[in-house]
Amino acid sequence: MSQILHVTINGTSKEIAIEPDEILLDILRREGYKGVKRGCKEGTCGTCTILLNDKAVKSCILLAAQTENCSIITIEGIGTRDNPHPIQQAFVDEGVVQCGFCIPGMILSAKNLLDNNPSPTKDEVKMALDGNLCRCTGYSGQIKAVLAAAAVMRGEK
Amino acid sequence: MFLVKEFSSEVDSMAVGKRLKRKDADTKVTGEAPYAYDMSFADEQYLAVIRSPYAHARIVNIAIDYKILESLGVVAGTAKDIPGKNILHVILDDWPLLAEKVVRHVGEPVVILVAASLHLAEEARKYVSIEYIEIPAVFDPVEAKDHPTIQIFEENNVCSYWQQKNGDVEKGFAESDIVIENEYRTPAQEHAYIETQGCIAVPQGHDSMTVYGSMQCPFYVQRCVAEILGMEWSKVNIIQTTTGGAFGGKEDVPNQVGSLAALGAWLVRKPVKFLLTREEDIETTSKRHPAVIRYKTGVTKQGELKAIKVEVFLNTGAYATLAPAVLYRAAMHAAGPYRCGNVDVQAYAVTTNLVPFGAFRGFGSPQVIFPGEEQMDRAAESIGMDPSDFRELHILKVGDKTTFGQVIDQSVGLEQTLHKAREQSGWYKKRKPTPTIAQVLEEQKKGKYRRKGIGISTIFYGCFLGAAGKLMSRSGAYVQVEPDGSVRFAVGTTEMGQGMITVLSQIVAEELGIEYEKVYMTPVDTSRVPDSGPTVASRATIMSGRALQDACKQLRTLIYDKVALKYEVDATDIEIKEFQIQEITTQKKLLSVSDAIKLVYQERGQIAVAGWDVAPPTHYDNEKGQGDAYSAYAWCTNIVEVEVDSQIGTVDILNIWAAHDVGKAINPQTLEGQIEGGSLQGLGYGRYEEIIFTPEGRVLSNNLGTYLIPTTKETPKIHSIIVEDPWSGGPYGAKGIGEQPLMGIAPALTNAIANAVGVRLNTIPATPERVWAAIQEKIEEEKV
Ligand code: FES
Ligand code: FES
Repeated sequence: MSQILHVTINGTSKEIAIEPDEILLDILRREGYKGVKRGCKEGTCGTCTILLNDKAVKSCILLAAQTENCSIITIEGIGTRDNPHPIQQAFVDEGVVQCGFCIPGMILSAKNLLDNNPSPTKDEVKMALDGNLCRCTGYSGQIKAVLAAAAVMRGEK
Repeated sequence: MFLVKEFSSEVDSMAVGKRLKRKDADTKVTGEAPYAYDMSFADEQYLAVIRSPYAHARIVNIAIDYKILESLGVVAGTAKDIPGKNILHVILDDWPLLAEKVVRHVGEPVVILVAASLHLAEEARKYVSIEYIEIPAVFDPVEAKDHPTIQIFEENNVCSYWQQKNGDVEKGFAESDIVIENEYRTPAQEHAYIETQGCIAVPQGHDSMTVYGSMQCPFYVQRCVAEILGMEWSKVNIIQTTTGGAFGGKEDVPNQVGSLAALGAWLVRKPVKFLLTREEDIETTSKRHPAVIRYKTGVTKQGELKAIKVEVFLNTGAYATLAPAVLYRAAMHAAGPYRCGNVDVQAYAVTTNLVPFGAFRGFGSPQVIFPGEEQMDRAAESIGMDPSDFRELHILKVGDKTTFGQVIDQSVGLEQTLHKAREQSGWYKKRKPTPTIAQVLEEQKKGKYRRKGIGISTIFYGCFLGAAGKLMSRSGAYVQVEPDGSVRFAVGTTEMGQGMITVLSQIVAEELGIEYEKVYMTPVDTSRVPDSGPTVASRATIMSGRALQDACKQLRTLIYDKVALKYEVDATDIEIKEFQIQEITTQKKLLSVSDAIKLVYQERGQIAVAGWDVAPPTHYDNEKGQGDAYSAYAWCTNIVEVEVDSQIGTVDILNIWAAHDVGKAINPQTLEGQIEGGSLQGLGYGRYEEIIFTPEGRVLSNNLGTYLIPTTKETPKIHSIIVEDPWSGGPYGAKGIGEQPLMGIAPALTNAIANAVGVRLNTIPATPERVWAAIQEKIEEEKV
C-alpha cells in the first residue's frame, strides 16, 4: 500500500508517493536526483551518500519511509556549474576526478566533515572519506582537495 | 563559474604539456554526467537473466509457461529466439549469447525475461524451469590441459599458445652456478569499477538498433549486436555513455550485456534496459585470469644472467573470449626487460569451468611479472648483490635486443627510471641486509616485532596491440570547426575516466592553435567515425592522437589556403603561433585563428575533415618464437617500502615510488592520476584482492564487502616520477601509460616483504595468513 512521504530535498518540501518497502536511494533517483549513484546497494561503496538532517548517510540502506519529515541534501543541492561549492571547485582544481562515479558521494562525505570540523587534519579527512570507495585514483588528490576547500571555507584563500 | 587553472612550464606550447583542467570534471562534480542508468526512454522495459546454477551441465529441457507470461506482460527469450547467429564474436567465436545445449560456467545466461518493471521480470523467473544434467567440471588450468575426459574447448582445452625462443636454454642452465626454480600462483582479480555494467537498447522497430552503454569498445558491441540480430552493421549504432571505470572489464563484457539488451529490445520492440547489480556483475563477468607459472632462472656467481625458462598456464574460464590476446602479452613479457641469450617461454591459455576471464589493466603481464621479478631478486640475493644493481647490469638500453629478438633503437628510459626511483626513495640507505629467520626470532625475543623492508621491480610494457592484434590497430577521427571559433571532434576510442577527452582536446588545441576551452569532444558514436579498434592496450591517446593530428593537418591546409588568398600571401609561408596566424618570413600577424575560421566559413570553404591512422608495423613469428612484438615500449621502476609484523604477518605499506618513462607527458596532472590509481590497483593485486570460488565453481566473494579493494586507510603515499624519453612515432613523443602503473607493484611488494622478514611468497596476494604461514614454514625448515 503506498503512502505519502513528506521530506525536504535540497530546500524544497516534497510529498512523494512511496511503497513502505522502497529504498531511499531508489526514490531519490526516481525523483530525478540522479547524482545519487548506486554502486552496490549494501552500504559498502558510498556512491549513494547524501546528507540526512545534515549527517552523511548511505541512502541505499535506508527505507524511504524512515525519512519522514527529514531534510535531505543531494549533490544537486550543494552547488551548480555556475556557482560551485568550494569542495566541488577544489575537486576540479586538483584534477582528482577520473571516471567520476564515486565523486558525488565523496563530496558529500567531505561536506559533512567540513561542516562539523572546519580545520581537519589529513588523517581526519582520510577517516571521513574511508566509506567512499574509488577505484580510479589513489585518493591523495581528493584528500588534498578537501584540505584546500577547508581553507577556502575558512576564508583563508 | 569553474575557473580554468593551469600551471604551465612550457612557454612554447599552447596546450600540450600543461596541467589543464579536465574536460569532464564540471559535469562529474555536479552530478550531471549521464551514466548508462541515468538515461531514460519512453516505454522502457527491464531485463532479467536466468543463469546456470552449475559449472558444467547439459540442458535437457527448458519449460516456459508462455501463457502465464503473456498474461503478465512478460516476454521470454531463449537461444531459439535469436534471429541471427548465437555467437558473441571476440576472437575465437566460442562464446554463445544464450546457452543452448551445454552450460560451461555458473552464471552463464540461458533465458532472458523482459517486462515493464524489473520486479515483474524477476517475479517471472518462477514460470521458467530448466532441467539440467550435471557433468564433471574442472577448475584448475594445469589439470584442465589435456584432460582425459572433460572437454570444454576442442580436444585439449588449450585455446591459445604462444612461445618465445632464444638461444639454448638448457645450455644456459648448464653454464649457471645457481639455478632458481619455483611454481607460482596468481589470483583472479575483480575490476571493481564502481559503476557496474549496463546497456540500454533502443530499437527502431525491426529496422535498426541503437545501443547506449557503459563500455570501452563500441565497435565490438556493434559487430556482436549486428550478428546476433542478423542485421547489417550499418543498421546498428552504438553510443557510449559516461563510463564509471572499466580497467579492461568493459572491453568484451559489453558485447554480452549490449547484445542481451538488444535481443530483448528486438523481441518486444521497445527500449530495454539491462543494468547489472553488483552481485550479478562480480559473479558473472570477466576478471583477471588466474594463472599458474613455472619459472626458472640461471645465473653465474659473477652476476651473468644465463637462462630464463617459463611455463605459463592462464586459466581462461569457460570461453576463450580475449585469452589469445592476453596470452600473447603474457608470453612477450614473461622474461622481462632484460638482455638474456637463452630463453624459453611456453604459454598456454586453458579453458576451465569458471566464469570467462578477460582483460584487466596489464592484460596477462602482471601474472608473469610477479614471478619474473621475484626471481630476479632471489638471483641477486644468491650471489650477494644488491637487487637494484643486479637489475642495472641486465636491463635493456638503446640498441639492445629483447629476449624475443627485437632491436629497440629509441626511447628506452628504463635506466633513468631506475636511477630516479632509487635516488628519490633513498634506496641504498633504506635497504638493509635481509635477515635470517634466526635473527627475526632473536629480535622477537627482545620485543621487536615490526621490521621495515624495501623492494624493487623493473619492468617494460609493449605499447598498443602488438603483432597479435595488429589488424585492429587503426583509428579514425573527425574534426569540425564552427563559425564561432569553437571546434568539435569525434574519435572511436573511449573515455572511461583515464582522461582521454582532456588529453585529445589538448592535442587538437595545439594542432589548430585554438584555445583549449573552445575544443569539445562529442560522445563516442559508431556512426560518426569508422571502426577505430578497441580502447585497450594504452592506445587511445596515441592512436586517436595521431588520427587527430592527421585531420588537423588537413584542416590547417584548408584554412591557410583561404587566408593566403585573402591576404595575398604564400600559403606555404603561414604558421600558427599563440592562437594567431602569421607569416613565417616576416613574422607579421595576419589574424586570429578564430577569425580565420570565420573567414573559411564565409568563403564557403570546407570546415570538417576526417583523419586516419594505422599503427607502425609489427610482426611475430610464433614458430620461431621471435619477432618485433610491439611498436614501442614504455618502462618503469617501482620501489615499495613496507613494515611487516613478523609475529602476525600483517604488512603495512609505507611508500610507493613509481617512475615511468612515458615518452611525453601531454597532461602531467592526468598522467599522475593514472600512475597513482594504477599503482593502487597493483597494490590491491599484490596485497589484498582475490576472488574466492566455492568448490563448485561459484564466486563466493560477490560484493564489495567480501571482495576488498583499498580504501583511503590502506593507501600509502604514492610518489609519481615522470621520465620523458620521447618516441618518434607518438604525438609529441608520447607512448601509452594506462596499464603500466599496475604491472610491477606486486613483486616490488613481495620483494620488500622478503627484505623485511626474510621470507618469499610464491602466491599473491600477500595476506597476513600467507606471510605468517611463510614465516612458520621457514622456522620449520631451518629448525630454529
Ligand atoms: S550504493 Fe549505497 S553504499 Fe553502495
Ligand atoms: S573516479 Fe572513478 S571511482 Fe572514483
